[in-house]
Amino acid sequence: MENSRRGFMGKVFGAVAGVGAVGTLYAMKKSWDPLPSVKAAGFTTVDVSTVEPNKLVVEKWRGKPIFILKKTPEMVAKQTEAETARDVIIDGEHFLICIGLCTHLGCIPAYRENKDDFKCACHGGEFDASGINTKAPPPSPMVIPPFNVKGKTVVLGEEGDQYRKMKEAGVLA
Amino acid sequence: MKELKILAIVVFFTLVTYWLVEPFAHSQMHKHVESEGFTYKDLPALTKKGDAARGQELVMGAGACVGCHSIEAAGMPAAMDPVTNSASYGVNPPDLSNVGALYDAKFLAALIKNPAHALKVEHKFTPESGKMHPMPGFYGAGGDIDQEVADMVAYLQSIAPKVDEITPAQAFETACGRCHAVRYEKWTQIGEKPSFKKKRDELVFETKLEDYKANLTNYMGKLPPDLSMYIRSRGEHYLSTFMENPQNLLPGTAMPRVGVNAEGAEKVIEYLEDAGDPKRAERDSVGVKVMIYLLVFAAAAYLWKKEIWKDLH
Amino acid sequence: MAHFTKATSVHDWLDQRLAIDTLRRVLAKEYWIPKNINFLWAMGMVLAFTFGILLVSGIFLLMYYQPNVNLAFDSVNYTIMREVEFGWLWRHVHAVAASVVFLIIYIHMLTGIYYGSYKKGREMIWISGMLLFVAFSAEAFSGYMLPWGQMSYWAGMVITNLFSLGSLEFNGLVEWIRGDYVPGQAFLDRFFMLHVLLIPLAILALIGLHFGALRIPHVNNQDGEEIDFEEEAAKYKAGRKRESKVIAFANDFLSKDMFVVSIFLLFFFYLVFWHYGFAMDPINFDPADGLKTPPHIYPEWYFLWSYEILRPFPKDPGLIAFGFAQVIFFLLPFLDKSPNAVPASRRGIFFWWFWALVIDMIVLTAMGKLPPQGIYSTIGLVAAVAFIGLWIALPFITKMEKKV
Repeated sequence: MENSRRGFMGKVFGAVAGVGAVGTLYAMKKSWDPLPSVKAAGFTTVDVSTVEPNKLVVEKWRGKPIFILKKTPEMVAKQTEAETARDVIIDGEHFLICIGLCTHLGCIPAYRENKDDFKCACHGGEFDASGINTKAPPPSPMVIPPFNVKGKTVVLGEEGDQYRKMKEAGVLA
Repeated sequence: MKELKILAIVVFFTLVTYWLVEPFAHSQMHKHVESEGFTYKDLPALTKKGDAARGQELVMGAGACVGCHSIEAAGMPAAMDPVTNSASYGVNPPDLSNVGALYDAKFLAALIKNPAHALKVEHKFTPESGKMHPMPGFYGAGGDIDQEVADMVAYLQSIAPKVDEITPAQAFETACGRCHAVRYEKWTQIGEKPSFKKKRDELVFETKLEDYKANLTNYMGKLPPDLSMYIRSRGEHYLSTFMENPQNLLPGTAMPRVGVNAEGAEKVIEYLEDAGDPKRAERDSVGVKVMIYLLVFAAAAYLWKKEIWKDLH
Repeated sequence: MAHFTKATSVHDWLDQRLAIDTLRRVLAKEYWIPKNINFLWAMGMVLAFTFGILLVSGIFLLMYYQPNVNLAFDSVNYTIMREVEFGWLWRHVHAVAASVVFLIIYIHMLTGIYYGSYKKGREMIWISGMLLFVAFSAEAFSGYMLPWGQMSYWAGMVITNLFSLGSLEFNGLVEWIRGDYVPGQAFLDRFFMLHVLLIPLAILALIGLHFGALRIPHVNNQDGEEIDFEEEAAKYKAGRKRESKVIAFANDFLSKDMFVVSIFLLFFFYLVFWHYGFAMDPINFDPADGLKTPPHIYPEWYFLWSYEILRPFPKDPGLIAFGFAQVIFFLLPFLDKSPNAVPASRRGIFFWWFWALVIDMIVLTAMGKLPPQGIYSTIGLVAAVAFIGLWIALPFITKMEKKV
């Protein structure tokens, strides 16, 4: 009886000490979160009013390349429905906005203006002008980052209406 | 009981040592100045009741206040940019929109009449030095000068927002920010430093700032310090008594008396706390939780020890 | 080769390979501590705990600190204090622990002196402990450089200048230590290395030596009684725990230690959250400026007594007195000629010597901080001379002591 009680207090003490350890681990975890200055820099505003059709523009957002491609009316006309679903409409114009990293192993594909497609130099993967994978090895389309259309500008990092619709339609990646 | 006696001895010697090296030693090293509660007893009281309408005419009149000062609240923008102003006056004259709320009325009246006296910088502008305070004193517009000054003060008070509508940053900008930078709040003497996308734009800003600082250094004798960590390096008491009268703590300093009222001083202190000690509220709340946890921890440790030692004694 | 059988449990598997049961028995269950002790015997555990706190908080500071003369101040005061979540907590904990650890070290040392725990086979415990004191002092000083505030810079300037050794004018040595004419980038980098790598390694090794030195002579007790540990351990193991003069390290001694640690932590965290000014000098919140010495400069409180032994004398004798103060505590086991290893209260004049030393060191500490002028200079000089006098008198006082 006495022995079990002593064991009990030892366990209580161990449990209390454990709670302290968990609290310390919580503070440690929080100390590794991205800093406020890093998070504040996580929003990039891009003015797309001067972008020329069929010329790829690359912006940097959270350290990653962002492809911005304004489509010509001909390109839009021959698109499939799945491709059009990924178009960002800004001021009536169709744009591709995606993270310019191949979904295979993260290289940056190059845009071929004459073929309206992307080719990844690392392992030969290909994507169409909507960022959809057309030739292996990439397993999925290039990812569309959170964006919010404001007039003729796009804020990367914010979730706007168009982004949420794409998310519901499941065409982000 | 013997253990408690030993503990009492250890605590006693620890406290004596602490008292000697902290409160006592610091009382011997630093002059202690008591606050007067921002009452400015050395300045004469306002005897006349001011009329804001007549004050407006005086403030807005040709060659009067608005010749140098902007009053955004009354739709009077600055005539020159801060750098040009600093080239002319040494320092950018403050916008007068909220001075009526932040500054003591007696101080404003005394300042209008004799700036160097109200600011306690007469030692800098002696006849031998050949220097004049950049703000000329007001010698009256033909009537009773005390009445005219009271009118001007009444006008400034009438256009100012209520003191609790003024943010700490605005209070700091008006009272301190034209001489002191606070880099942790991105504040420079010529305004908040924006984030630049182009290196060139940044260099243009930096060049303006350097020009301003050069003019300011020339005017003050040395560049006033960045105040980012002053709440930790000087403490609240020192800062507020220093604002009240710099000459008390640093005789001969070029820094003018600020002249803020008690509420204005509080706003400035709050701004400096946000710059140098922004986690103070979190420190208190986390502290309380940690202490509660440690009380439970101590109780558990005590019970565990008691159970184990029951068999040993 | 040892014979391994199929393990019956994880515990058994580990035990066959690492002998964890034997380790537990030797290090905890059958590591015998005298029963006749008071809370001062828990200071070792409190120190180990505080060192752990310093290590953990230091690791988190290290992840955001920048050892660069242009960035160091802001990396501490802006990045760590404003940006990093709980960065302020790591810094306050680190600064307060660095100061409080010396309070506990002094209590631990004075306990050893009072109870004669440096005599009769326990000399190496004392000497390894003193080496730890020196290592902790170096660790504290090097860490003090890192925020690169006014106190960091000027303490670095003054202390490195001591190495010119007065009239010997070893200025080349001073410049070699700094890697520059004044404390600069090279100085900050090398003190950063010392603080985060070399000295902590030395401290860990010395802690091992200190614990090892305890093993054979065992821990002393409140009355200086010589205990036959084997005989008493046999009683304990036979279940006659009440009668036995010894207890096991775990959980008997440990449970008492943890209670003392819990009280210490209450005190410690109160300081961390609400009373940290004594450990974080306001002057060090001004960035380092090589062209402006602060009006008052003084070391942290735990160095004040030895600083005051340096200060009241002219340059060369001051340095000699300072050197004397640094080494004299090491020699304590050999300067104490008494045959008695009992508490000071039973040792006649030594009892008064002990309290005179305590009070003299407190006076030196106070005078070390006060401005060196007027009456404070005189008191400081008297206390410094008294310190030296006390140590010179020690062999004579203890030689006269009769065997009790």
